[in-house]
Amino acid sequence: MSDPKDFVAVVDSDVRKTPRRIAFITKRTSPQVHVKDEERVMTYPEVFFRTAVAIEVLAILLVIISLRWNAPLEGLADPMHTPNPAKAPWYFLGLQELLHYFPPVVAGVLIPGLVVMALIVIPYFNINIEAEGLWLRDKARRLRVFGIVVVLFCIFLAVFDVWVALVPTLIVAAFMLLAAQTPPQTTRGFRGWLASKPLSFWIMTWFLFELVVLTAIGTFFRGPGWSWVWPWRT
Amino acid sequence: MANTIDRLADQVRENRIWRSIFRSGTGESNLHRALTVQQNVFLHLFSVKARKRTLEFSATWYLGALTFGTFLILVITGILLMLYYHPSVPQAYADMKDLQFVVSSGVFLRNLHRWSAHAMVFLVFAHMFKVFYRGAYRPPREFNWVIGVVLLLMTLLLSYTGYLLPWDQLAFWAVTVGSNIASAVPVIGAKMRFLMLGGTAVNANALLRFYVLHCVILPFAAVVLIAIHFWRIRKDGGIYSGESPAEGDAK
Ligand code: HEM
Repeated sequence: MSDPKDFVAVVDSDVRKTPRRIAFITKRTSPQVHVKDEERVMTYPEVFFRTAVAIEVLAILLVIISLRWNAPLEGLADPMHTPNPAKAPWYFLGLQELLHYFPPVVAGVLIPGLVVMALIVIPYFNINIEAEGLWLRDKARRLRVFGIVVVLFCIFLAVFDVWVALVPTLIVAAFMLLAAQTPPQTTRGFRGWLASKPLSFWIMTWFLFELVVLTAIGTFFRGPGWSWVWPWRT
Repeated sequence: MANTIDRLADQVRENRIWRSIFRSGTGESNLHRALTVQQNVFLHLFSVKARKRTLEFSATWYLGALTFGTFLILVITGILLMLYYHPSVPQAYADMKDLQFVVSSGVFLRNLHRWSAHAMVFLVFAHMFKVFYRGAYRPPREFNWVIGVVLLLMTLLLSYTGYLLPWDQLAFWAVTVGSNIASAVPVIGAKMRFLMLGGTAVNANALLRFYVLHCVILPFAAVVLIAIHFWRIRKDGGIYSGESPAEGDAK
């Protein structure tokens, strides 16, 4: 460091990969420079070819399914004759299951509206961008808030008899507690992995879990009058 | 043999007419490959190069690509189905029977459209969760995530409007259940339902509205949004590979 230059010259000479470029980075302007240079491939043919293969495999799979199983077609629509149960398409059965417990404004409007809003705002919160492990800082206070929220939410579910949504909630809460109990120096293994998970991870995982459970129940476990049935008994 | 084919292909591509259409011409150089993408109005939605790591299966599981694949299959089979379909009561149902018994490969066509639609709904959810779990919603990609959420809603609406078209019991009652939910919206609920169905119950007007939504308005919106979605991937610095937010890429 005997020669105090006020700039650095970077020369990239791999002309096959990138045109030759010389960058002068002065101390005054001082942009952030990342030296990391990742290996790149040409979009054509590499990316297009891989994508085409992926789509091709899926297409073959769908063709086989279509040759093997027929799409359902019931009798002509008859407004005078309600089937029991009348079910929405499978991806709405989680919602239909909620309609069984809550008034339509809540299950059909409020909850889906909140879900869409929640999804949209995810990338706009710094807490989701930094994505720090939930329990790494301020643990005592966060545990208190967490406890209050979970208890209140479980009471709410119990009041409306939504036992099916209670189970995933409790399981996710148990894993969150396990993560909280993990000593801070643990970074390896399953518990280390759990401990590194941010709040958004827990909420999204809980949402995914509820989505799967409610959809499966609406699809397989609901019979006439939306009563509980065991799919293997019918 | 392979050589002969290569030579023939090159001859075609060097041809004046071909060159007037595709400007990139022949060649194996990276410049030529870059031009192939950059000189094409559709392909230039994508960047000319991609980070190798983002192409590994584990990076995306190719879920976005597969969602797009199902969308392509749906457009093609959907257009073919339109040739045999009348959006009127009870002809719509009779057309289903015709597909089954009269049109050659009609059942197959309908099956492929139906199962691909289910696959698309599943894949779009899977893609969303995959993007979330690898943290690819982070800036500068936040707006592409929002476009994604709109695409998710588009996919659900496309699937839901298509569900009514066979005009069988399954279709009729599923849409009745759904449209009743719309009327639960405070204040404007009943009006919304009326607008959606073109009446107070699911009837011939509703079938026509759902048909127009399903075959024209929603697919058009989806195509535009998908184009923006792909363009944004390029503008946001390619598929996310875990770099820090500040570190953009050549656009
Ligand atoms: C019709 C529906 C959709 C299509 C065809 C589609 C297609 C794609 C494709 C091909 C990619 C490239 C990388 C990959 O495969 O993951 C991608 C990336 C992305 N998608 Fe989608 N997508 C759709 C819906 C969604 C949804 C519902 C979301 C989220 C709510 C979303 C958010 C994103 C984001 C943020 C990226 C950028 C990820 C990155 O840079 O690594 N997309 N999409």
